[in-house]
Amino acid sequence: MNQREKEEYLREYALLKAKGKPFFPYAVAKDAIMMAFVMVVIITMSIVLGAELGPKADPTTTTYVPRPEWYFFFLFELLRVIKPPELVPFATIGVPTICMILLFLLPFIDRGPERRPERRPIATIAGILIIFSMGYLTYLGAAAGSPNSIEMEVAPEYEKGKVVVAQSGCLACHKIGENGGDLGPHLTEIGAVLDKGAIRRTLDNPTAPMPSFAGLPEEKKAAMVDFLASLKGEDEGRIQNDSGEEG
Amino acid sequence: MKLPTLPKPPLPKRFQEKPDRPGAAPKPTKLEQVREGGITAADWLDERASLSGGLRWMMFRKVPKGTNWFYTLGSATMFAFVSQAITGVFLAMYYTPSATQAYESARHITNDVFLGEFVRGMHKWGSTVMVILIFLHMARTFFFGAYKYPRELQWIIGVVLVILTFVMSLTGYLLPFDQRSYWATIVAANINGTGPFVGPFLSDFLRGGGDFGATTLSRFYAIHMMLVPGLIAALIGAHLYLVARLGTTAPPWLRADVDEKLREEQV
Ligand code: HEM
Repeated sequence: MNQREKEEYLREYALLKAKGKPFFPYAVAKDAIMMAFVMVVIITMSIVLGAELGPKADPTTTTYVPRPEWYFFFLFELLRVIKPPELVPFATIGVPTICMILLFLLPFIDRGPERRPERRPIATIAGILIIFSMGYLTYLGAAAGSPNSIEMEVAPEYEKGKVVVAQSGCLACHKIGENGGDLGPHLTEIGAVLDKGAIRRTLDNPTAPMPSFAGLPEEKKAAMVDFLASLKGEDEGRIQNDSGEEG
Repeated sequence: MKLPTLPKPPLPKRFQEKPDRPGAAPKPTKLEQVREGGITAADWLDERASLSGGLRWMMFRKVPKGTNWFYTLGSATMFAFVSQAITGVFLAMYYTPSATQAYESARHITNDVFLGEFVRGMHKWGSTVMVILIFLHMARTFFFGAYKYPRELQWIIGVVLVILTFVMSLTGYLLPFDQRSYWATIVAANINGTGPFVGPFLSDFLRGGGDFGATTLSRFYAIHMMLVPGLIAALIGAHLYLVARLGTTAPPWLRADVDEKLREEQV
């Protein structure tokens, strides 16, 4: 907006304002009704949905589901969409930071005098697209629960490790056979890529954002390592997989 | 049956009620006396603090014609924040921010304390409501072009408020210290750690060291209940000062019907 447009806006606004009503009691009454409504909603949610408390935090057991609060789902999903490991920092930090900077700069990017949404097609369409993609990612995140069973057939000596892996929340990010997510590399053939020692080192000392399993009891960890090392993917019917390194 | 009347106590003369003088103005009623007292007290305060000007400025400013229900979203967000603050104070009375006792105290609040689960529920779901409201309010100001001159600063303060609100929910999520909050927070801290340059420092700062430990919880607690709420309250104050100073926008499709002739003359 140049100086003339600014003055024009202020003049027009002063006229509209002069014709308006005082804040108290008119706007205050509306605000109060809205606040009462919000209070009723919060109280109802509290009564109906309650406040569950899960089992106590325990670094040694591993039956956990690392799930954030629902309004972070869209960020979490972003990680799934952007997969190559060298781009992970871009998804975790880069995209949110860029979005925040753009939000800060918005008033300086869009300086036109027009305020009606239908006459600012770029801003309006961009806004609607962003809302939809955030909504869609949130929906994806909500729908993709983390499964905790692996349907793959394994030799009986690996059965124990399979259960440990299934219960340890690995499937929230990794895919094993038909189960699991796409956030991290697929593990279906991890045994062909890493030997036991390497798998163990990765479990103790993983690349972020994977949590460390160093606290896991030795017996469970050994079973886990044995099972993972047995995943060689010889099965011809299975789709050959490209992304395999690292855990 | 008529009760016997007791004799009046012998009051000193100056405390005895005097009969009205004939023709004098009628005595003020009790209600009038109370009102008079109120006015006197307000005057006393105002003489010292001069608040009435500011109050009048805030409350009796005009709001443009056509202001609709979308304009209540900002104050609804503020209400959600106040509700979080109040329920949070009550939770803080029972909560212990130590890695060994946090879970027990959260369990104690949920199961034993009178209305404990209700207040915890209000705080938990209130955070969801606040996030939804802040997004709706932001969308409203975005689509109405309310971030344009002269309200750019209001928008910028708003973006800081969004970030701080997210920091609140991130730090609050850990506090019950159950499995879900513990592991989700580990992942969140790890995610921060992947950031370029500052990432590792940020996650070390959040965890209070290289590992997730006892300091992490008290650090999150301090951030969650002292640092960030203070910042949010101060910024809401600044935000509202600007609202009162600049006025709320009129809906964008409203035009003041100025005389066309007058406009031509000006041009
Ligand atoms: C804790 C969070 C917030 C509170 C309590 C709050 C409160 C308010 C209130 C009470 C108003 C008056 C008009 C209305 O209600 O619509 C307002 C206006 C405004 N807010 Fe916020 N707000 C918050 C967050 C935000 C955010 C996140 C943004 C944007 C990024 C924002 C941008 C604005 C703008 C541009 C206006 C001027 C709107 C106009 O004049 O029409 N606010 N805010």
